[in-house]
Amino acid sequence: MRKIDLVIVGGGPAGMSAAISAYENGIRDMLIIERDSSLGGILQQCIHNGFGLHTFGEELTGPEYAWRYEEKVRELGIPVMLDTMVLSIDENRKIVATNERDGIFEIEAKAIILAMGCRERPRGALNIAGTRPSGIYSAGMAQKLVNIKGYMPGKNVVILGSGDIGLIMARRMTFEGAKVHAVCELMPYSGGLARNIEQCLNDFGIPLRLSHTVVEIHGKERLEGVTIAKVDERRRPIESTREYIPCDTLLLSVGLIPENELTVGAGIEMSRITNGAVVDQNRRTSAEGIFACGNVLHVHDLVDFVSSEAEIAGRGAADYILGKSERDTKNIEISTDGKVRYTVPQRITNDGDVDVYFRVSDVYRNAILKVCDGERVILQKKKPKFAPGEMESVKLSADMLRGVEKLTLSLEI
Amino acid sequence: MDKRELTCIICPRGCQLSAEASGEEITVSGNLCPRGKTYAINECTNPVRTVTTTARTSDGGVVAVKTASPIPKDKMAECMAIINSCVVKLPVRVGDVILRDVFGAEIVATQNKG
Repeated sequence: MRKIDLVIVGGGPAGMSAAISAYENGIRDMLIIERDSSLGGILQQCIHNGFGLHTFGEELTGPEYAWRYEEKVRELGIPVMLDTMVLSIDENRKIVATNERDGIFEIEAKAIILAMGCRERPRGALNIAGTRPSGIYSAGMAQKLVNIKGYMPGKNVVILGSGDIGLIMARRMTFEGAKVHAVCELMPYSGGLARNIEQCLNDFGIPLRLSHTVVEIHGKERLEGVTIAKVDERRRPIESTREYIPCDTLLLSVGLIPENELTVGAGIEMSRITNGAVVDQNRRTSAEGIFACGNVLHVHDLVDFVSSEAEIAGRGAADYILGKSERDTKNIEISTDGKVRYTVPQRITNDGDVDVYFRVSDVYRNAILKVCDGERVILQKKKPKFAPGEMESVKLSADMLRGVEKLTLSLEI
Repeated sequence: MDKRELTCIICPRGCQLSAEASGEEITVSGNLCPRGKTYAINECTNPVRTVTTTARTSDGGVVAVKTASPIPKDKMAECMAIINSCVVKLPVRVGDVILRDVFGAEIVATQNKG
């Protein structure tokens, strides 16, 4: 069986950044395994700009951002295996993978970094009533068709879900000559960035219908229209507000799910909130020598944050392989009050400063974030607005964490 | 001139800006950085946008391109039409100039192909 110090599963932004970080921290015997035929992951189809302001201090498109990392991977001579699918990993870090050339093969790794990214929630997860015609796509699928394949999936479009991909696709379809009739959002607020509502909807006069959802799909062979309706505060459609919109295309931008089949298969402890692994400050999972980063761990808003999280995992894995990881000196579990929906990391196992990332579950105005050890407030931070669409972070210094046994993050309104 | 409420599109923070004109002077508030001020003034005088799209390639596929600098916002549709009428010869590398002076901007490739 082939033995490799470090295997990185996934060659998207997380995998490439983790690999570069591991290299810079002393690892040479490593391999990136990627199932697609090129590196870059989802960035290849995200041709819009807005990437890289944090990482490079300039605004890049997705493919340009990916290319910066790919060039670096090549320059460092980090081996990459493309068109290769990892089928399983186990808690002893044995990897089973397959490709056309080698058939099914096994690798034994000293450490593994999981960087498989996420996938889109499909129509089936929504239970929309009606027929099953063609013309219904997830927004990312439509993005791939337009931006990679060069095909337009339709001319008259309704988009369900106002996450960033939905907003970006509203503009993209408009640019290519389609008419976007509405973007419906179940919640009373958009999950997308304010800048995208401005430059993708308002610039083109596309209506954003908040507290609206698609209640019925019409059409036999091809989609002919959708019925939308306003929802009440408990998100139930209000019958009297039903409205028919003729369209040939429905794009669904209704959430992303971390792609964790391999993680679950390895028996790694999972978070029911993030749908990713539970990790410590080095992005180490519950399985010895297995780390996770990027959208497979929790869905990020910005690729820049994916890259910096992957650097942490890369360094963590390198230290582990080189025997530089310190033994765990503490075991602080981080809990949340529900208004703060989750944190990453979920536990702290060692001394040192820790950036704790978190996401809130609703829009809260003029709220104070409190970090507490029991009754004792360690840190508080006031903000005019916390929104679910924006990942927040708080820096906890080694001093603050001294003697702490259990941390709670909560919001006070 | 009146007062305008704007959402800054320069970075993911998306500051809520107020721009108020008195004579020639435009006062901007709500911006957390100087780029927000520039954006608000542009938005009131000459709004600009970077266009990102794809162009046809000689093999029948597409390659991602962008305007290397922002162009006037009301020229976006015309800019798209110009890009859609050209065919890019392969191979093409990130940064290669596809078209010159489209409303003052170069159209450059943002992807490698061929």
